Amino acid sequence: MANKKMAIIATKGALDMAYPPLILASTAATLGWEVQVFFTFYGLQLLRKDLSGIAISPLANPAMPMPVPMPVVVSMLPGMEAMATSMMKAKMKKKGVASLEELRTVCQEADVKFIACQMTVDLFEFSKNDFIDGIDYGGAATFLKFAGETDVCLFI
Amino acid sequence: MHYDKEFDASGLSCPMPIVKTKKSLTDMAPGQVLRVVATDPGSVCDMAAFAESTGNTLLSSATENSKFVFFLRKA
Repeated sequence: MANKKMAIIATKGALDMAYPPLILASTAATLGWEVQVFFTFYGLQLLRKDLSGIAISPLANPAMPMPVPMPVVVSMLPGMEAMATSMMKAKMKKKGVASLEELRTVCQEADVKFIACQMTVDLFEFSKNDFIDGIDYGGAATFLKFAGETDVCLFI
Repeated sequence: MHYDKEFDASGLSCPMPIVKTKKSLTDMAPGQVLRVVATDPGSVCDMAAFAESTGNTLLSSATENSKFVFFLRKA
């Protein structure tokens, strides 16, 4: 059985959007697939050593279930994002959802290749010290070289 | 059913039951049987897909006391 391959572009840095690339990458690697994830723009947040700043906002997010109906003007108030984030994290923990750190570690242990987009690293003035070890830095050509050979290719 | 090893995935959500089942299989010999218990209803479809994708045999998939119980034979 030849190994399947998957390439993912992770472009989002909000809590809800951080999960799909890490869940799919860790699962594919578990199935024996060769996986690369290219992190660009806000997706770079998922490579930071400290993931505690990753948040979810109820603002402009009408599908987010809330304990009580909440007018947009309330969602805008200071502290609402922090409250929504801590509520979501508590709920995830209660339901046995793995943390982002845990999923990322599973990926790295299973040899998922993480590539940070050099252009956006420079754009946002990140330092390599901000990011975890064991990642590559590259651009579109790096991604496309692998993506062109894959069975599954996703933009998240 | 006879089994050589057991892994309890109770309380874990996708994708951890599959990720940790794979880890449980790594130190087993081909032909040995792993019993997995899970509470994630998604694991019923996921375990079948995992077995098919990895060549391990899903000997049985059943519900016992509102938990999901799987027997996997390592390829």
